[in-house]
Amino acid sequence: MTDSWVVMNLRAIKGRAYPRVIGSTREPSWVFFEVALPLLTVAAYAYIYKFMNAPAEFVGYVILGGAMTAFWLNILWAMASQFYWEKEIGNLSLFLMAPISRMSILAGMAVGGLLATTLRATTTIVIGTVVFAITLNLSDPAMLVVVFFLTMVSLYGMGMMFASLYLLFGREAYHMSNLMSEPVYLVSGFYFPVKALGAFVAAGASVIPITLGLDALRQLFYPSTSGKDGFLPVEIEALVLAGLCVFFLILSKYCLDYMEMLGKRTGRLTLRWQ
Amino acid sequence: MKAAAVETKSLTRVFHPKKKKEGKSVTALENVDLRIDRGELFGLLGPNGAGKTTLLKILSTLLLQTSGKAYVAGFDVETQYHEIRKRINMVSGGEISGYGLLTVKENLWMFTQFYGIKSSVALQRIDELLVRFGLLDKKDEKVRTLSTGQRQKMNVIRGFATDPEIIFLDEPTLGLDVNASRTIRDYILEWVREGENKTVLLTTHYMAEADQLCGRIAIIDDGRILACDTPENLKKLVRTSTTLKLDTTFLNNKQVLNSVKGVEKFTYTDDAERNMTSLRFVLDDEAAVSDIVSEIVANGARILGLRKTEPTLEDVFIKLVGKGFE
Repeated sequence: MTDSWVVMNLRAIKGRAYPRVIGSTREPSWVFFEVALPLLTVAAYAYIYKFMNAPAEFVGYVILGGAMTAFWLNILWAMASQFYWEKEIGNLSLFLMAPISRMSILAGMAVGGLLATTLRATTTIVIGTVVFAITLNLSDPAMLVVVFFLTMVSLYGMGMMFASLYLLFGREAYHMSNLMSEPVYLVSGFYFPVKALGAFVAAGASVIPITLGLDALRQLFYPSTSGKDGFLPVEIEALVLAGLCVFFLILSKYCLDYMEMLGKRTGRLTLRWQ
Repeated sequence: MKAAAVETKSLTRVFHPKKKKEGKSVTALENVDLRIDRGELFGLLGPNGAGKTTLLKILSTLLLQTSGKAYVAGFDVETQYHEIRKRINMVSGGEISGYGLLTVKENLWMFTQFYGIKSSVALQRIDELLVRFGLLDKKDEKVRTLSTGQRQKMNVIRGFATDPEIIFLDEPTLGLDVNASRTIRDYILEWVREGENKTVLLTTHYMAEADQLCGRIAIIDDGRILACDTPENLKKLVRTSTTLKLDTTFLNNKQVLNSVKGVEKFTYTDDAERNMTSLRFVLDDEAAVSDIVSEIVANGARILGLRKTEPTLEDVFIKLVGKGFE
């Protein structure tokens, strides 16, 4: 009996997610590079806030931001640039030739990346809270789950879109990822409440899902300062994130179809070094 | 009646440069007409750049033709590619696909998942193929630790593990040692013989491989099909001719041989290290041999060896194209 199209694609998602999940156990060096090293940046900001006698929750903001850094790096280096590298090693042709939706390949990359990165982010939060003895006062666990889910779906949707767009840049994709690291840390408020940049910049930065996601998570972990440091009410941020989910998923499908058609016309997706 | 495995009609593919200053357009395929029936092991023989890989990419739905039509399993590559993809797979020589941190078995399993194959079925099939290719002891080793030959065997298993109706093999034994090549060739033959209506389209520039494996061969050069027939019938094209191999000390002026009466075509390779030249002739008159020898001696070279040979596909190629493969 032939399996349904949905079952086929679920298998494809599982297949593509597998290397990402298993990779975490095969290469334990990630603990050093993706947890220990980012923690140094987190520590630097935490000590600055302590030295300035900033309110205690600011250290918590930094740790949450540090944890979200792992997701942003995963988007840039393991989602956006991924199709380019898959092309270089010949996997992309095999993906494109398979009888499944290309979105399943991207979804598999996203699910695998999300699972592996959640482990890394959680490790950062656990170590950070222990080392800096911070207290998180979670007020609404259900909302936290909703916000985290919406943030991740929209964020990885954006990564899926980038994956196709980066193919246009070829080897220059490297520079794109570098370009989008530090500036995004700044405008998305990874180490301080984004509200500090003013409503105009914060609203502009909200196109990057991590901006509103991080702001909402901070408000949920520190409800007492929500009104003072939060950019928008959590419910509004969740609503915007839901909109971004739909927007990026549709756009990623469009970009993927466009790139595939362009690749079939020009040969660029199946010829190396193009 | 089932449709042909592959059919092309005036298939043409032109590659245009990204920018005008990057050069001229290249015609990779020109009016290719081809029909491959179900159950055939069909060879596409041609030198590098002949258009073999371009044709395979069009048939495997990775590239669009510029004009003409191509059908795989009766489906149009341009509009019905979803149907085609369920029925095909492709393996290329020198492929480095997969992920180095996965084991051989994990890698193969992963690729079967893109075809929606149930894990239990996939794993059983993979185990059988690993045994067949002598790779079972490597199944739990990471792919990055494999030798070139082992890796290519894994790639070939990847292609067959999805149980395709039609498989495209693009130089599958490229750069492999004798044993690894033989294992792959034996399996390809077995798969076509034992499978019901299983079809292989094999591209190669190894003449002996095409001769040994293929029921029919198309000779392609500069994007055009020059001849298409069984190896035996192709060799008949040069059976009325005499084929000759000649080794000499380094021969400076080869072009004089063009003027020898009775020489239809010839190719040569120089071996600077050993200071010698190897020539291969297709003659339409055997009497030309003495004139050839005289010309060579007159040009200051010595004859090291001379033998008449049975016609091979290489001779066919030389006759059709007027040059050798390398």
